[in-house]
Amino acid sequence: MRKIYSKIDYIAGNVITVKAKDITYGELALVTSESGESLAEVIRLDGDNVSLQVFAGSRGIATDDEVKFLGHPMQVSFSDNLMGRIFTGSGKPRDKGPELTENLIEIGGPSVNPAKRIVPRNMIRTGIPMIDLFNSLVESQKLPIFSVSGEPYNELLARIALQAEVDMIILGGMGLKYDDYLFFRDSLEQGGALSRTIFFVHTAADPIVECLLVPDIALAVAERFALKGKRVLVLLTDMTNFSDALKEISITMEKVPSNRGYPGDLYSQLAARYEKAVDFEGAGSITILAVTTMPGDDVTHPVPDNTGYITEGQFYLRNGRIEPFGSLSRLKQLVNKKTREDHRSLMDGMIKLYANFKESLEKKAMGFRMSEWDQKLLKYGDLFESKLMDLSVNIPLEKAMDLGWQILSDCFTKEETGLRTELMNQFWPEN
Amino acid sequence: MANSKGKVIGVSGNMVSAECDSSVRMNEVGYIITGGKHLKAEVIRIRGSKVEMQVFEMTRGIRIGDDVEFTDDLLSVELGPGLLTQIFDGLQNPLPQIARKCGFFLERGFYLSALPESLEFDFTPIAKPGDTVVRGDTLGTVPEGIFTHKIMVPFNMYGTYTVESVVQAGKYSVRHTIAQLKDENGKSIPVTMVFNWPVKRPIDIYSERLRPSEALATKIRIIDTLVPVAKGGTYCIPGPFGAGKTVLQQITSRHAEVDIVIIAACGERAGEVVETLREFPELTDPRTGKTLMERTVIVCNTSSMPVAAREASVYTAVTMAEYYRQMGLHVLLLADSTSRWAQAMREMSGRLEEIPGEEAFPAYLESVIAGFYERAGIVRFKDGTIGSVTIGGTVSPAGGNFEEPVTQATLKVVGAFHGLSRERSDARRYPAIHPLDSWSKYEGAVEPHKSRYVRSVLFSGNEVDQMMKVVGEEGTSLDDYIVYLKSEFVDSVYLQQNAFDAVDAATSIPRQRYIFNFLVKILLASFTLPDKASARSYFNQLRQRFLDLNGAEWESDNFKKIEKELEDTFLNTVKETREELNDIFKSRFTG
Ligand SMILES: Nc1ncnc2c1ncn2[C@@H]1O[C@H](COP(=O)(O)OP(=O)(O)O)[C@@H](O)[C@H]1O
Ligand SMILES: [Mg+2]
Repeated sequence: MRKIYSKIDYIAGNVITVKAKDITYGELALVTSESGESLAEVIRLDGDNVSLQVFAGSRGIATDDEVKFLGHPMQVSFSDNLMGRIFTGSGKPRDKGPELTENLIEIGGPSVNPAKRIVPRNMIRTGIPMIDLFNSLVESQKLPIFSVSGEPYNELLARIALQAEVDMIILGGMGLKYDDYLFFRDSLEQGGALSRTIFFVHTAADPIVECLLVPDIALAVAERFALKGKRVLVLLTDMTNFSDALKEISITMEKVPSNRGYPGDLYSQLAARYEKAVDFEGAGSITILAVTTMPGDDVTHPVPDNTGYITEGQFYLRNGRIEPFGSLSRLKQLVNKKTREDHRSLMDGMIKLYANFKESLEKKAMGFRMSEWDQKLLKYGDLFESKLMDLSVNIPLEKAMDLGWQILSDCFTKEETGLRTELMNQFWPEN
Repeated sequence: MANSKGKVIGVSGNMVSAECDSSVRMNEVGYIITGGKHLKAEVIRIRGSKVEMQVFEMTRGIRIGDDVEFTDDLLSVELGPGLLTQIFDGLQNPLPQIARKCGFFLERGFYLSALPESLEFDFTPIAKPGDTVVRGDTLGTVPEGIFTHKIMVPFNMYGTYTVESVVQAGKYSVRHTIAQLKDENGKSIPVTMVFNWPVKRPIDIYSERLRPSEALATKIRIIDTLVPVAKGGTYCIPGPFGAGKTVLQQITSRHAEVDIVIIAACGERAGEVVETLREFPELTDPRTGKTLMERTVIVCNTSSMPVAAREASVYTAVTMAEYYRQMGLHVLLLADSTSRWAQAMREMSGRLEEIPGEEAFPAYLESVIAGFYERAGIVRFKDGTIGSVTIGGTVSPAGGNFEEPVTQATLKVVGAFHGLSRERSDARRYPAIHPLDSWSKYEGAVEPHKSRYVRSVLFSGNEVDQMMKVVGEEGTSLDDYIVYLKSEFVDSVYLQQNAFDAVDAATSIPRQRYIFNFLVKILLASFTLPDKASARSYFNQLRQRFLDLNGAEWESDNFKKIEKELEDTFLNTVKETREELNDIFKSRFTG
C-alpha cells in the first residue's frame, strides 16, 4: 500500500510541493481535492521536497488535500478497444464508453535508433496538385499545415486524412473548439473512417497541462499500432496551442524565456514529438500531419519557425490555397524519381516561372507597362492558380503533370521554360 | 586512488545533484545507478560537497539516495583504427551495434565501446626497441580500408619514452598490447592500438600551423568559383529552414575532394542521416573506386536524442577529425546544425541558472563557438607531412534573421560565409547561396580576377534589376537591360546547379574552369540585338543550350555537340569574331 501525504507545503501555478520519501522522478500521483481527483507528475526532487505538476491545475487545492503517489509514470491503455473511442488528454473517456485499464503502456518513451530507420519510399496520393505534383507527401513524413486562423486548415487536414491510404487515424486535438471536434467526427464518419479512428481531445475549456499530454499520448498509442504493422496517420491540431501551453507552464515555473516568452527548449520539445514519425522496417509506420497556426501570419514567430526547422516541410495555406512559396516537402525527392521522368523538372520549372509571374505582378501593381514577356507570365500565373492551385481541383498526379505541360505550352515557347530540350521533346504537347 | 562515490539528492529535468564527500573533478564523467542501469553524466558544477551533473539520458525513475559513481575521467572518445564507416551517437556509441542488441529503440544506460575487442588489424611495426619516442610518434601501421592508419604513441602519454618492445608483424585485436614503452623513471607501460582522448581538448601534436591556401574542391560551382573553401579553413552556412543547408552539406559530403568526411548530425532530423547511411554504402567514390562509406564517419545525435549528448556530439566529431589529420590526411567535418549545439548549451545554462545573455544564450557563447572553429587548421607534422581539418557548420537562425547571436558569433570566426536566401529557395534557385551577400577569404579554383569580374556582372545586373523595379522595363536602356539578362544568365546556367541530376550535381574543377571561361567570353561580348524582346529571346536560346550542356557528361560526344551548337548560337549575334573575343579575353585576364 502506497503512502498518502496530506500536507502540501507550497502551491504556485500548477505546481504543488509536498515532503515525501522514496519517490521516483517522473512518477504520477493522484491529488484529491474538493473539486475532484487529478493526476500530477513529479517534476522536481530536492531532498525530501517533491514538486508535482497537477494536470487539472492547482485551483481549489487546499494544503491539507491528499496526495497519493502511484509509483509509475504516465500510462495509457493500449488495445484494439481504443478504436472509435474519444478520450481526454489524460486518457479518460470523453464518450460514454467504459474506462480502459488493460495493457497499460508508458508515454513519452525513448526515441527510435536512427540506425533502425529506413528511407521513406511510399508516396501518399491526395489528388491535390499542389501536394502531389509540387510537394509530394510521403508515408512516415512529419508535416504541418502553416496557416492563419480562419483558413480551412481542419478541412484540408480531414480531406488528406480521408484520401490517404492508411490503416488507422489518431486525432490529437489541442485547444480544439468543440465545433471543430464535431466537424472531424462527422467528416470521418461520412468517409467511413470513424471506426478506425481514435480521438484524444483537449478542448480550450480543459486544464492546460492536459493539452501538453495530447501529442505524447496519441503518439505512444500510434507507436504501438505501428509496431504491430499498422500504417498510422496522426493528426495534431493545433500545435501552436501546445506550444503556448508549454510557454505558460514554463513562465509559471520561472524559467528564463528565450524568445517572445517561449522556453529555450521549445525546439527540443517539439522535436521530441515530431520525431516519432517513422517507418519501421518490417512493421508499420507513423505519419504526422499537424496544424500550426501562425499568430499574426508571421512565419518567423517562434512556433512556426521552430516547427519549420523540425518538420519535413510544410503546406503553407493562405487565402484558401496551398502557396507554392513557403510550402515544401523535404521528402519529395525520395518519391518523385519513380513517378514519371518529367516530375522533378516540371515541378521546379513551373515554380521558377511562377516566381517570375509574381515579379511581373508586382511591376503591374506599380503601374509599369507590361512587356510581351510580362503578358505571357500573367497568363501563366492565372492558369496556374486556377487550374492547379485551387483547392477544389481533385485530379491524379499524372493528370496534373499533363495539365502542367498544357499550361506551359499555352503560354510559352519551349526555350522560354528553361527546361531541358530532351525532356521537352518528349512531353511538349503538340497543339 | 579509489574513485569517488556519492548519493543523489535532487533531480530536475536532466540535471541531477549529488552529495559527495571525496574529491570530484570538474567535467568528469559519473554514472547514476538507478534501477540496475548506469546512466552516464558529466559534472558541470561543484559547490562544496554538492555536485551538479547533466545526465546524457532521460532521468525518469531516478530517486533520492540513488548511488553515483565518479570515474575521474573527462568525457572522452576512443581513438584507434576502425572508426571509419561507423555510425556513432554523440557519445561515440556505435548505433548499429546498439540496434542489434536493443532493437528499434535506444535504451538508456546501454553503452558499447566504439572499437570492439573483436576488431582485428594487420599490424606492421615501424618503431624498434631502443628508439626514443614521444606522444604522437608512429609505432607501426595498419591498413584501414583505403588508408594506412598510423598506430601512434597515445596522445595522453606526455614525456619521453624508450621503446622496450614492439610486436612482430601480424594480425592483432585493437586492444592487444602492441608495444611496451619505458618512461623516464624506468616504468614499463603497455600500449595498444586504442587510447582515450578528452573531447574538449584540441589535439595539438604538430610542428607548425599553416595558412589555409589550397582550395578544397566541393564541386559546387558557386562555391568553388565565387566563395571557395580552403583545406584547413572554416565556413558556415546560415539559412532559414528549408533553404537548403542540409542538402548542400549532403552533396558536399559526397563530392568534396578530401580524404575523410566526418558528418556531425547535431540535433536535427534523424531521417536525413538515414538517407546518408543507407546510400553511402551503395555509392562509389570516383577517386578511390570504393564506397563512400569507407571515407566517412557519422556522428548522429538527432533532435529527439538527449540534449546533453548533443552538446558533446560536435566535440566527439572534431576530435575524431583531428585524429585522422594526425595521419597526414585531409579531413572535412560537416556539422548540421551548430545552432542546435548552441541551444543545448543554452538549455544547460538555463538549468544552472546562469545569468543569460542575448536571447537567453550563455554569455560565453562566442568564445565557445570560436574555440570550436579554432580546431580546424592545416598543419605540418615533424616528418614534413601535412594534414588538415576543415570545418563547415550550418547555422539555423531564429526567424531566418542573421542578426542573432549564433550567426553573428560564427561570422566573426569563419573564413567563408555561404548565406542562404529565402527568395532564392522560394524561386527554386538552388543552391540558394546568395551570390552577392556571401563571401570568402580563401582563394578558389578559378583565377580571382575572373571570378571578381563575374561578381561585378552579377552586381551590376542586380542594380539594373533594382532600378527596373522603380522605373520599369520601359525606363531602362537596352544596354542596361542586357547587363541584367547577362547576370540572370550567369545565375541560371552557372550558379544554379541541380543537386538531383546525375551529371549536374557535381562539376569537377577542370570542367568548372572550362565552362567558366566560356561563360566569361559570353559576358565580355557585345551583341547585335535590336531590342529588349529579341535580347530576351536570344538569351533564352543561349540558356537552353547551356542547360543542355550542363546535363551532358564531361568531354563526351554529346557535350562537344551541344557546345558547338551553343558556340554557333552565341557567335551569330555577337559583334566580335571568335578571334577578337579571344584577344579581348586574353588582354583582360593575363598579365
Ligand atoms: N540544391 C538543391 N537542389 C534541389 N532541391 C533542393 C536543393 N537544396 C534544397 N532543396 C530542396 O529544399 C528542401 C529543403 O532543403 P534542406 O537542405 O533540407 O533545408 P534546410 O536544411 O536549410 O532546412 C530539400 O528537401 C529539397 O527538396
Ligand atoms: Mg537542415
